[in-house]
Amino acid sequence: MHDIYQFVSGPLARLAFTVFVIGSLYRLVQMFVLVYRKEKFIFSFMSWKYSLRSIFHWIIPFAAVNMQQQPIMTLVTFTFHICLLVTPVFLLSHAVLWEERWNIRLWSLPDQLSDIMTLAVIGCCFFFWGRRIKLPEVRYLTFASDYALLGMVAAPFVTGLIAYHQWIDYPFFMILHILSGEILLMAVPFTRLSHMLFWPFTRAYMGSEFGNVRHARDW
Amino acid sequence: MNEPVKKVAEIIPDEGIDAGLARLTEDRIENTILRVLNGETGARLKVYVETCIHCGLCSEGCHYYLSYDKDPRYSPAGKVKQTLWEMIRKKGRVDKAFMRQAVVIAATQCNMCKRCAMYCPFGIDVAYLMSVVRRITHLLGLTPQYIQATAHSHSVNMNQMWIKEDEWPDTLQWQEDEARSEIPHLRIPLEKEGADIMYSVIGPEPKFQAQLIYQAAVIMNVAGVNWTMPATPGWDNSDMAMFTGDNELMGRIKRVHFETAGRLKVKKIVMGECGHAFRSVYDMGNRWLGWKMPPIPVFHAIEFYYDMIREGRIRIAQKYAEPVTFHDPCNVVRGRGLHEKARYVVNAMCDTLIEMHPNREHNYCCCAGGGVINCGPPYKMVRIDGNRIKAEQLFAVKARGARTLIAPCHNCHSGLEDINHYYGLEMNIKFIGDILYQVMKKP
Amino acid sequence: MADTIAWDWQTGEKSIPVGNSNSRFEWVEEPYVSYDGERVASIVNIAEGEFTVCVNGQTWENPFEKIWHLRFTADDRLTALVSDAGEWTLAVDGVSWENRFGYVWNPLFSQDGRSIAVSFQQDRQYGMALNDVPWEETYGNLTDPVLSPDGNHTAASVQVIPTGEVEIRKFQQGTISAAKDGVVWDRPFVNVWRKAMNLNGDLAAEVRLTLYDYTIAVNGSPWEKTFGGVWEPIFHPISGAVIAPVRVKGKWYLAEEGRLLWSTPFDQLWHPVVSPDGKCIVAIVATGFGKWTVAVDGRAWRHVFSDFVTDMTFSSDSRKIAVIVKDKERWSIAVQGTAWNNTFDMIWKPVFSPDGAHVAAKVERGGKYTMALDDRLWRQDCEAAWDPLFSPDGTRLLVKTIEDGTYFRRVIPVGEFG
Repeated sequence: MHDIYQFVSGPLARLAFTVFVIGSLYRLVQMFVLVYRKEKFIFSFMSWKYSLRSIFHWIIPFAAVNMQQQPIMTLVTFTFHICLLVTPVFLLSHAVLWEERWNIRLWSLPDQLSDIMTLAVIGCCFFFWGRRIKLPEVRYLTFASDYALLGMVAAPFVTGLIAYHQWIDYPFFMILHILSGEILLMAVPFTRLSHMLFWPFTRAYMGSEFGNVRHARDW
Repeated sequence: MNEPVKKVAEIIPDEGIDAGLARLTEDRIENTILRVLNGETGARLKVYVETCIHCGLCSEGCHYYLSYDKDPRYSPAGKVKQTLWEMIRKKGRVDKAFMRQAVVIAATQCNMCKRCAMYCPFGIDVAYLMSVVRRITHLLGLTPQYIQATAHSHSVNMNQMWIKEDEWPDTLQWQEDEARSEIPHLRIPLEKEGADIMYSVIGPEPKFQAQLIYQAAVIMNVAGVNWTMPATPGWDNSDMAMFTGDNELMGRIKRVHFETAGRLKVKKIVMGECGHAFRSVYDMGNRWLGWKMPPIPVFHAIEFYYDMIREGRIRIAQKYAEPVTFHDPCNVVRGRGLHEKARYVVNAMCDTLIEMHPNREHNYCCCAGGGVINCGPPYKMVRIDGNRIKAEQLFAVKARGARTLIAPCHNCHSGLEDINHYYGLEMNIKFIGDILYQVMKKP
Repeated sequence: MADTIAWDWQTGEKSIPVGNSNSRFEWVEEPYVSYDGERVASIVNIAEGEFTVCVNGQTWENPFEKIWHLRFTADDRLTALVSDAGEWTLAVDGVSWENRFGYVWNPLFSQDGRSIAVSFQQDRQYGMALNDVPWEETYGNLTDPVLSPDGNHTAASVQVIPTGEVEIRKFQQGTISAAKDGVVWDRPFVNVWRKAMNLNGDLAAEVRLTLYDYTIAVNGSPWEKTFGGVWEPIFHPISGAVIAPVRVKGKWYLAEEGRLLWSTPFDQLWHPVVSPDGKCIVAIVATGFGKWTVAVDGRAWRHVFSDFVTDMTFSSDSRKIAVIVKDKERWSIAVQGTAWNNTFDMIWKPVFSPDGAHVAAKVERGGKYTMALDDRLWRQDCEAAWDPLFSPDGTRLLVKTIEDGTYFRRVIPVGEFG
C-alpha cells in the first residue's frame, strides 16, 4: 500500500500535472494552428472589448437571459464550477502540499467550509446526473461518456471527503483520491472537459462576431 | 442513457433528395463527408464539437423545439446529434437513410437564425454546424428540389426568380411610369454612374411585388437622394446558394453584385427589406470572396429610413393610427443590431408600438428564413407547425391591442403570412416601406 | 479610342450653358459628354410620354416614347435605347436602327466605337444584334453577352434546352450553351458565364460541367482539367493561349490552358490582364483575408489594401500599372504598388498619359468633383466632371466639367496641377 501511495503521490502526480499542463498547451496550440491554417479570417474579427464583454456576461450569474430563464441550473452550475475550482486549490491539506512540494504559500480554506464546498460539488454532480436522466432534452444528448465524465469529476471529491474524515480505510481512499484527481487532471485536455480550456475562446469569438460585426448582444 | 437517433416518422417526398439518394453510394457519402470535415472545416467545427458538454441549455433558444412540444430532436444540439456528431463518430460511414434525415433536419428544421448561439453558455454556433451539414448534402446532390431550383436560377440569371435580363429594366420602367401618375417627374435612374446610392432588391420584388419598387422609388424621390439601379444582373442581392451550401455559387453571385456597385461608382448600396440577402452581402458571400467587410458598404432599408427620417429628408404627414407590433428579423437584428433604429422608424411613423415578447435579439424566428421557405410547398407544414410559438407570441401581443405586424424582411413576411392564416391571427402584415409610403409627406 | 490628334488642343476653354435647359423641358436627366468634350447631351422630357435628347442645346429631330441608356461611343456618336409604339431599338445621333424589337438592353461598344451590339428580346426569344444586324437564331434565354474587342463578333450564354423552373435533374444534365454570332456551340453545359474573344473570333468562357466541376471551354471544348471554381478567361494577345484564374483546394491560381501558370496561391485572384506588349500578366489578388493588391507575374505588390482594388490600367508602354484602391473606407489610386497620399469619397478609373509619365483621374470629395494628377489636385471644385484625357504629346489634359450650370471644356497644361 505504501509503495502504491508513494507512486501515486510522487511520479504519477508529476505525470498528471505534466499531462495536464502540456496537454492543455498542446490543445490550445493545436487550436491556434488550425485557425491559422484554415480559418485565419477569425483573427481579423477578434476584439478584446467584445471578447471580454461576452465573457463577463457569461461569468456573472444571471447576466445572460438564458441564466434568468433557468435559475436553478444557474445557481447549481455557478456553485459547482466555483467549488470545483476553488476547493482543490485552497484546501488546507493541499496548501500544505503546495508548500512542501513547490514552496508555494497559498491562503487556505477553513476545514468546515471546504467540507461544505466538497459536498456542494458532489451535490451538484447528483443534480447534473438527475438532469441527464430526467430532462428529455438533456437525456437525448447524453452518452455513456457523459456519465463517465460526471463520475470522474465527482470521484476525487467523494474519495477526498471519505479520506479526510477517515470514515473507512483511510490509506485506500487516500490513494483512490489522489488517483482519481490525477485521472481528472489528465482527462481535462482530452475530453469534453476541455471546455475549461476552450470556453473563453468560443465565447470570445462569438462575442467578437456579435459585438464587432453584428452590433448585437450575445447573452 | 443515450437515446438512439430516432428516425423522423413521416417521410416527405422530395425529388431533389430522393433522386439524389438514388445516385449515391456509401463510399461516396463517406468520401464527401470526410472531404468536408477534413478539408473544408477547421478549428471552429473541431472546438464546437469537442467543447459541447451536452447540457441541453441551447434548447430554449430554438422555436422548433418550443413549438414541437419540447421534442428534444428539435433542440439545436439535438439536430447536431442527429447529423454531425453521428457523421464524425462513424467517420463518415453513414447510410442513405441517415443522409436523408440529415438533409431534412439541416435544410428544413433549422432557419440558421443563430438565436441558439445566445443560449449556449459557450457560444457554440449551431447555425454554422448546420451549414456544414448543408455543404455536405450539397456536395452529395441531396439539396431539396425547390431551393436547388432557386440556386439554378441564381446560377443562370444571377437572380432567384428566373427573371430574364430584359424583364428587369422593363419592370423598373413600368413602375416608373406608374409612379409618375402620382409624382409627375419621378425617376428610377438606371445605370447612373456616380450616383451616391445603388438600390438593390431581391428577385420576388420585380416578379410578384413590383409595388415595393414603386414605393421605394417614391421614397427615394421624396428624400431627394442621388440614387440608381443597375440595368444588368447584379441588381438582385439575394442568395439561396448561401443556404444550399453551394459556396462557390454564393461567391459568384456576390461578386456580380459588388462589382456592379463598383462599376456604377456608388458610395453605398441600400437594399430593400430583406434579411437573408443582407446576411449574404454582409458577412457570408463577401467573406468567401476575401472581403472582410463589404467592399461597398451595404445599408439595410431600416438604416436608410432611419437616416432619412432623422435628417428630416422624409417627413411624416399623418402617423399610422392602428396599433402596431414589430417583428425583429434575425439577419438584421442579431445580424446587424438594427433593432433600435427600427423602433425609431416605427415610432416616427406610427402612433402606437406595442412590443411583442421576447423581442430584439431574443425575438422568435419567422421560421421561413435560412432557406426553409425556399424548400417549397412540401415543407410548408413543417415550418407552420414548427412555429406555433410564434403564433402564441403574436396572439399575446394582439390581445394587448396590436393589429398590424411590421416585419422588415421578405422571408419573415412570407413565413408570418402563413402563420397568420393558419392560426387565424388576422393581423395586417406590412413592410416598413408600406407604412412609410402611406404616411410620408409627398409633394 | 478615336485618334485624338485631330481634337482641339489649342482652345483653353469652351463653354456650353446647360442650366437653362431646365426651363425648356419638363425635366432634364443627367448629362453625358462626348470623349472629345465638344458635345454635352441629356435625355429630356418634353411632354407626357414624350422624350428626346438635347445635345448642345439642340434636340433630336424625332421624339420617342421612352429613351434610356444615353452613351457616347468611343468615336463620339451618341447612342440611346429608344422606344416607339411599344417597340424598342437603338438610336444613333437620333436615327433609329431599322430593326425593332420587343426590348433591347445592354449596349456594348467596340474599343474603337465603330461597332455597337445590343441584346434583344422578340416574342420571348432572345438574341443579339450587331450594328443593326440581328442574330438569325434566337434562344429561350440569353445572359452574359460580349462583343469582341474589334467589334466583329458577338457572343452570349443561351438556353438551348427548354427547362421548367423546378426541373432540377434536367437542368443539371446541361441546358445552357454559348452562341457566337447566333451560332451555338455543339454541346450544352450546366452553366456558361463570362467570356472572352480574340481577333480570330475564338470564344472562351467560364463553364460548369456539373454543380461542382468548373473549367474553361474554348469554342465549346472544355479544358481537360476541372477546378473548384474559375473566373473570367482572357486570350493572350501574343501566344493566343487562354488564361484564367482557377480554384484548387480553396486557393486561387492563374492557369493557362488548364495548367497552373502561377504557382503562388492567393485567397482571391481575378481580372487578369496581359500587358500591351504581351510580356507580363497581372491580376487583382487577395494575398490574405481582407488584403487586396495587384500581382505581377504571380508576385504581389508589397502594399495591400483592406477594402477593394478595381479598374486596373496599364500604361501604353506596359511599364506601369495604376489601379483604384480602397483602404480603410477611403478611395485612392495606387501606381506601381504605391498609393497616393490623397484619399477621396470616390475615384474613377485612372488614365495614363501616352508616355506613361503621368496618371490622372476624376475624383470626388464632399459632393464636389475635381481632377487629380499624380496625387496633386486641380484647384476647381465642380458640380459634375468626366474622366480626363491626355493630349497626344502628354503635356495637356482635357478636363470636362460643369460649374454653376455651365459645361466647360478646358485644355490644361499638366504643370498647372498642384
